[in-house]
Amino acid sequence: MSEANASATRITPGNALRPEDIALLETKPGDAVAQYALWLGDDALILAQRLGWWISRAPELEEDVALANIALDQIGHARSFLTYAGRAWDRTEDDLAYFRREPEFRSVHLVEQPNGDFARTIARQFVVALYQWELYSRLVDSSDPTLAAIAAKAVKEVDYHRDHSIQWILRLGQGTEESRHRMIAGLKLTWPYVEELFTDHPLVDELGDVGVRPSTLRAPFDAAVQVVLAEADLEVPQVPGSVGGGRLGRHSEHLGYILAELQVLAREYPGASW
Amino acid sequence: MTTTAIDPRSREDHDAAGERRFDELIAQDSRIEPRDWMPADYRKSLTRQISQHAHSEIIGMQPEANWITRAPSLKRKAVLMAKVQDEAGHGLYLYSAAETLGTPRDQMTEDLIAGKARYSSIFNYPVLTWADIGAIGWLVDGAAICNQVPLCRASYGPYGRAMVRICKEESFHQRQGFEILLELANGTEAQKQMAQDAVNRWYAPSLMMFGPPDEDSPNSQKSMEWNIKRFSNDELRSRFVGMMVEQIKVLGLDLPDKDVRFDEETGRWQHGPLDWNEFKEVLAGRGPCNAQRMERRREAHEDGAWVREAAAAYAEKQVLKTAQAA
Repeated sequence: MSEANASATRITPGNALRPEDIALLETKPGDAVAQYALWLGDDALILAQRLGWWISRAPELEEDVALANIALDQIGHARSFLTYAGRAWDRTEDDLAYFRREPEFRSVHLVEQPNGDFARTIARQFVVALYQWELYSRLVDSSDPTLAAIAAKAVKEVDYHRDHSIQWILRLGQGTEESRHRMIAGLKLTWPYVEELFTDHPLVDELGDVGVRPSTLRAPFDAAVQVVLAEADLEVPQVPGSVGGGRLGRHSEHLGYILAELQVLAREYPGASW
Repeated sequence: MTTTAIDPRSREDHDAAGERRFDELIAQDSRIEPRDWMPADYRKSLTRQISQHAHSEIIGMQPEANWITRAPSLKRKAVLMAKVQDEAGHGLYLYSAAETLGTPRDQMTEDLIAGKARYSSIFNYPVLTWADIGAIGWLVDGAAICNQVPLCRASYGPYGRAMVRICKEESFHQRQGFEILLELANGTEAQKQMAQDAVNRWYAPSLMMFGPPDEDSPNSQKSMEWNIKRFSNDELRSRFVGMMVEQIKVLGLDLPDKDVRFDEETGRWQHGPLDWNEFKEVLAGRGPCNAQRMERRREAHEDGAWVREAAAAYAEKQVLKTAQAA
């Protein structure tokens, strides 16, 4: 069976869809759909880059394994979304990851935030996992079959990420005095960047039933957060939301450093194959 | 972390029947299991070997993790993350195997952090370029496989079984290393040079991974009598050289060793002289990265202490809650 045929049989929601399959698709997304795929792909890529730092530095070997797993899932999602986006402009996942400049990225500020201590990383994971789960649970119904297929794979994985972060919120929130203080501090540092996740942009209007309107995810997200934090005897931080701007290419100061590290080798040898 | 270590002392009192049984099992090339009687030296020697192996997996995560954030393609980044993750998994199986001999994982970790325990010296060399990730997979994991495949038949059951799984994953690691080098060797002139430079730097240290020459390896004899070790250091090293000689041709690179030849008389591959003085220096803590590796492990362990304490406290509270509800 040729690669092209193999991919045709694989692209069904729920079946493992590989970036290599997406690269072989005959249909190309329109510009708006590709822009939307960049949003989701860049979030996953930058988060994976942040999480990758923990591998060999986690508080326990089991956590090295768990955080590596989450990072791997995210990089998988990033590769699929970026490959699909790139089909619109004849660019590969690596062209997009390694050869775009900072203002061309579309990641939200939340995923760019520093790892901090383990509690801060868990706070960020908690928000991202709950948000991505709400998002992908709806994106499986997208009228764009490729986005729906990527979401169908991703939602199952993100469900585990949700479970992982919730378990840690409970443990740290109710473990020791120190862990509780650190968890509260971690949530407080993370919360300013929650609002940006749910901000609508004109692009969403263009997408119609291809994408998911971010503002519609806020209520279920808040409800889920409330349940977990109440059980952990923690509160939703009362801090002003940051204006964000990632979807417009206006990023936190952190992204430049993240990209410097991510892109350094690829840019040192432009055109090389690895 | 909770560990259920078995108290070994109760079974080390002289037990004539137990000793007979142990000798029989070894003579039949059968397996010794955790609850069987075993000589104190066997237990001690295995605990040392398995825990050193576990520590090597854990310290060995660092040099490769060093390139995760800079991997030059997303696919390579994913593969490298998965590889370093596998190493954490190997560390976990091996610590578990060692625990069945009576030493808790916490104790082994403390010994590592305190500098009392050893790990494979190879990880004290720096990983300078992306090609080093290829060379480590091909040469270092390749040498590890040569060493470890015979350990799948080690007389101690939990160790042998852990090694079966580890060897399967290691062979993937070696192939991905080879693939990285192959891509570089067929790439631009600069990439090819990068690959050759990495092979030049990792070749001799990987040959030294098999341990000192047979005449200087006093522990080996006992280990072979106990069916833990099956082949001598030099024998395994020679096999490894033979494999590399063929594979380097496919890469189109050169082994940095003019003296490699097959000796018809001994039936073994010969290699050029190795700098055993350097080996001893690195082993003694004077390698380029010894201090850095230890510091990073210590830092991760100490920074994580409050997390482990919180997890333990939470688990205890949950137990109390369940008891109260009952």
